[in-house]
Amino acid sequence: MGKYKSHILVCAGTGCRASDCEGIVSNLESALEENNLNEDVQVVRTGCFGFCEKGPVVKMVPDNTFYVEVTPDDAGELVLEHLVKGRKVERLLYIDPDTKERISDSKHMGFYKKQYRIALRNCGFIDPENIDEYIARDGYAAMGKILESMTPEEATAIIKESGLRGRGGGGFPTGLKWEFTRKAQADKKYVVCNADEGDPGAFMDRSILEGDPHSVLEAMAICGFCIGADTGLIYIRAEYPLAINRLKTAINQAREYGLIGKDILGTGFNFDVEIRLGAGAFVCGEETALIHSMEGLRGEPTVKPPFPAEKGYNGKPTNVNNVETFANIPPIILKGSKWFSEIGTEKSKGTKVFALAGKVNNVGLIEVPMGITLREVIFDIGGGIKGGKKFKAVQTGGPSGGCLTEKHLDIPIDYENLLQCGSMMGSGGMIVMDEDDCMVSVAKFYLDFTVEESCGKCAPCRIGNKRLYEMLDKISLGKSSEEDLGMLRNLANVIKDTSLCGLGQTSPNPVLSTMDNFHEEYLAHVADGKCPAGQCKALMHYIIDSHLCVGCTLCNRVCPVDAISGEKKTPHVIDSSICIKCGACLEKCKFGAISVQ
Amino acid sequence: MDIVKLTIDDKPVVVERGTTLLEAAKSIGINIPTLCYMKLEDLNFENKPGGCRVCVVEVEGRRNLAPACKTECSEGMVVHSHTVRVINARRTVMELILSDHPAECLTCAKSGNCDLQSMAQKLGIRELHYKGEQSRYKGDKSPAIIREMDKCIMCRRCETACNDVQTVGVLSAINRGFESVVAPAFEMDLDKSSCTYCGQCVAVCPTAALTERDSTWKVVEAIVNPQKTVIVQTAPAVRAALGEAFGMEPGTLVTGKMVAALKKLGFDYVFDTDFAADLTIMEEGAEILDRLSRHLNGDKEVKLPILTSCCPGWVKFFEHHFPEMIDIPSTAKSPQQMFGAIAKSYFAQQLKKKREDLVVVSVMPCLAKKYECTREEFQVNGDPDVNLSISTRELANLIRNANLDFGKLTDEDFDNPLGESTGASVIFGTTGGVIEAAVRSAYEMFTEKKLEKVDFMELRGMDGIRKASVDFDGLPINIGIAHGLGNARKLLEDIKAGKSEFHAIEIMACPGGCIGGGGQPYHHGDVEILKKRQKAIYAEDAGKPIRKSHENPYIQKLYKEFLGKPLSDKSHELLHTHYFDRKSKIEINQE
Amino acid sequence: MAKVKTLADLRKMKDELRSKISLRENSDNPESMVQIKVSMATCGIASGAKEVMNHLINELDSENIPSVVTQTGCMGYCYAEPTIEVIKPGEQPLVFGDVTLKKASEIIEKYIKGGELVDGIIPDSYETIE
Repeated sequence: MGKYKSHILVCAGTGCRASDCEGIVSNLESALEENNLNEDVQVVRTGCFGFCEKGPVVKMVPDNTFYVEVTPDDAGELVLEHLVKGRKVERLLYIDPDTKERISDSKHMGFYKKQYRIALRNCGFIDPENIDEYIARDGYAAMGKILESMTPEEATAIIKESGLRGRGGGGFPTGLKWEFTRKAQADKKYVVCNADEGDPGAFMDRSILEGDPHSVLEAMAICGFCIGADTGLIYIRAEYPLAINRLKTAINQAREYGLIGKDILGTGFNFDVEIRLGAGAFVCGEETALIHSMEGLRGEPTVKPPFPAEKGYNGKPTNVNNVETFANIPPIILKGSKWFSEIGTEKSKGTKVFALAGKVNNVGLIEVPMGITLREVIFDIGGGIKGGKKFKAVQTGGPSGGCLTEKHLDIPIDYENLLQCGSMMGSGGMIVMDEDDCMVSVAKFYLDFTVEESCGKCAPCRIGNKRLYEMLDKISLGKSSEEDLGMLRNLANVIKDTSLCGLGQTSPNPVLSTMDNFHEEYLAHVADGKCPAGQCKALMHYIIDSHLCVGCTLCNRVCPVDAISGEKKTPHVIDSSICIKCGACLEKCKFGAISVQ
Repeated sequence: MDIVKLTIDDKPVVVERGTTLLEAAKSIGINIPTLCYMKLEDLNFENKPGGCRVCVVEVEGRRNLAPACKTECSEGMVVHSHTVRVINARRTVMELILSDHPAECLTCAKSGNCDLQSMAQKLGIRELHYKGEQSRYKGDKSPAIIREMDKCIMCRRCETACNDVQTVGVLSAINRGFESVVAPAFEMDLDKSSCTYCGQCVAVCPTAALTERDSTWKVVEAIVNPQKTVIVQTAPAVRAALGEAFGMEPGTLVTGKMVAALKKLGFDYVFDTDFAADLTIMEEGAEILDRLSRHLNGDKEVKLPILTSCCPGWVKFFEHHFPEMIDIPSTAKSPQQMFGAIAKSYFAQQLKKKREDLVVVSVMPCLAKKYECTREEFQVNGDPDVNLSISTRELANLIRNANLDFGKLTDEDFDNPLGESTGASVIFGTTGGVIEAAVRSAYEMFTEKKLEKVDFMELRGMDGIRKASVDFDGLPINIGIAHGLGNARKLLEDIKAGKSEFHAIEIMACPGGCIGGGGQPYHHGDVEILKKRQKAIYAEDAGKPIRKSHENPYIQKLYKEFLGKPLSDKSHELLHTHYFDRKSKIEINQE
Repeated sequence: MAKVKTLADLRKMKDELRSKISLRENSDNPESMVQIKVSMATCGIASGAKEVMNHLINELDSENIPSVVTQTGCMGYCYAEPTIEVIKPGEQPLVFGDVTLKKASEIIEKYIKGGELVDGIIPDSYETIE
């Protein structure tokens, strides 16, 4: 087989697969064959490029042309124009929203400019189903390095000195966690990879597992060496089938190569990895609940201590890290703790992957150095607010986090700063909201999620969150008073103060942070009976201005519940007791006679 | 000893490492309130999921409040158990729990006996600030236990009882969030599950989520029906606990008052299940001797050890979990069923009445007995040998309804012929008692010598599994005793694995035996109460003029006039039973 | 594929596999290496540009010279096809015309490796084709 002159990298992450990247691949392959290029050009399915807003993404190598929103029908043209004729297909290039210029190299796109990829280094670059490509990218070299030349203490020290902290939520120093587990005395220990990603909208762990599964396996083996474990377990939700398949493929390939299994690289070190499927409960992201779930018990947290480092899976010392944390390990070993610790802020080192979602132009998966500001993330990388609307808030940390506002935009993002602002890093969800978003509804949305996902074990979380939700619902229906706001706050604080695990201890954050940052908006709901963002239907009233209405009857005809009455050519009236506030009449009226109050 | 020093509410306290804040506080007179927490001292079971959060306290330096029941003391801790923050949190959490609990105290079975109610009182809750939707679940009425899960507060005590203590594994938490509740898998009804009806879940439930099926009114209806002759039998353990329901000290024996009360309630005959217990010893003892002598004669087919079969919870347990071993237990019916069979044959003949005209009511410390008497093999043409079984608690209610001042009743004696019993039968009420009674008789039958010392101290106690060797005139007979089904399971696993060296094993489903039955007055987790009841049982035995079952003159008369001898055809017909494989019978029914 | 038995095996394997993805790695930093664009329009292909491109890739690879060889459209020098543009790191682009296989080897040997100019440079000032 000759050497390929060009590679076509096709994003095969879950998002792009949903937009038929498989069709793109097969059409590309047949077009290459037609043009006798199949020997010269390799089509590679890679993990997620991150730029999901513009997917499916296709990247041409070596000239680094980045095509966006490609369809299977474009494949022929790409081959003929780009490869045969050497001309870029202009219409598939990304257009800079500011300059309106077409940009062909992703390096010059705002979305990528400020990113720094460590955990995602191989996503969108290698074929995740091919261990050779991982090895070619220094794969398993970090494991080799420590097996050959280091003691567990030395290797753990590198992780400690790097300042890496858990990327799953709490931000506990990873090296310290490893050290605790290493020091625990037991005949058996476990390394567990937490891939129970559950925040609404978050998909960083899935993307890493789909795009670079070997990096996690390698890191788990490194961790196994450091803490003295020979078994790794990956707890992944069953609703991530692609990630599970790629992991299985990766495990099989690594076993075949002898990079996991018995006597790895002839060093006598044994380490193997198994996959455990979870049913997709948010609470199972909490490490004690995760361990119970793996043991076949109900996925419920237990009070810590004892920490898993002392008594974990099957009562044995267990080190639990999440996927993104593990993905950082091999580069740290290879490039050293100093390299890593120079990135980021004083207490938060390295990078963080965020799932940028909501009302931004560039929705997607991004990896940025710690210390970057929210403004840079939202406006430079995210490309600003959709439709030129006004930025209102950004929710970080998922259902456990809080809503941050304009005044927080220039604070450098790290664990401490986010916590201080009443939010948290969490696993890296970042949902941007604009002026049309009602903060009471936002809080309600998250509470709805928590009510569903609480395990039900402790009373404040099981009942308290339900009551919080009900109180928010009352506010959005205009049935609350100012006094209720005080009760709401008390309840939220008690739930935080008394809940058993991190889920309940943080679940009121969306309520408290919106109450703190958008007090006026809450007041408008309870005191004036108004929803300033116009989201709470119960507080909206559609009114026909009798001076402007010409009696054309259009609104009458479009109303699905017959709430509008009036004779032809006389002003119409909306019966608000019948009106369901669907807004159909407002859209239909040509005279601007209908308004919402 | 590894000790730690800490301060609770400004008081210094020194405790052993590993002590919880709750225990440490208690040691210096600070009673931190608890709700879900339950410690079964001596039985070595603890339920502390840390779920109710009522016991939270403030620990300096910690961001959140800590549950006292689960937090271990550490050196230099500074703890506050009643700051404004703690009291507000505790009350708010309590209000939340109450907001999801039906306010039906006036008509609730547990009113006055409810831990939730008393905690609400203790915390002075007078108003619920957070009202909202209440969780609703389907009801479940089995022959013995009623589940009304709207009243469940998720304390998980029943789960501990069902899974950890009893290893029955029927009850576990299902669903998530606000919908979570303790239930059998797939929310199947208890009567479809492998529930043994031991009632230990009912015994520990703090509210009325789990209660017994109440038959008191049916008993009243039978009594007032002029067509029916109503016979009552009372189990040995009832007399050692009934007094508690009337404010007496645990361990007060109330045999005579109980008989007086039953007579005043209008039962036509007040008999004693103890009589049938003596009969059980006759049959079971004969069976033991039969198997033992066959074994000694080299019969390889004979099944040893022989297991007792008087406990219906235990019977259902092995039918579900060890069906391959259903030929090992004794075939002797339980005393309740032996009594019913004799009452509706021998005694009916004496009365010259048809069995259908007799109503046999049993008063039991047990809920499984309610189920046992409904089993088809204990019926003749649809007429059950025992018509109704009520618990000790239900009897107490009947007595209260009849306006009787229980404490002031004058002692009365059981009626004859089915009211005479020996000390051997009394001890059926406690763990170890059945086998001790059996040994007393079997020894004399086997060795044909008189047993001088009838108290076998080596068989007594509260340890979950006990072993003893009894000298049968040179032949050591190895005896095993287990109470609590979890302990029974261990012995059964040994038998299954061929590792058992016992000749006979007594098994009782409930911890403590019948004195700790699911139908007894609530002990609220205080195992000391069980010990006092046990003491009372042995005291009654010691005070009896006759202490060996085979010496009961009415038993001797029964054999002479009616049964012939133990294991006779007549005995087999009336006093023995057979068991069923229920392993494959669990149907998962998802509606 | 044989099992990886030692770290040395792994390193050897990595070196062998490196070329599989070096194209992608190099393309991320083309400025740091020799960039060659081969004019591959109809006129170029007709005069053998494809063979020249293959030749360049193989030669540069065997000489271990970090490079990115890409194709581009017609450079407008149809009279001098095959035409290639060579950019050495930090230097001005040069366009060579009438590049035969032999010429290609000479360009690598003399210009790229040695830094001396060879015949065939199209001297016009032109716009490089992006």
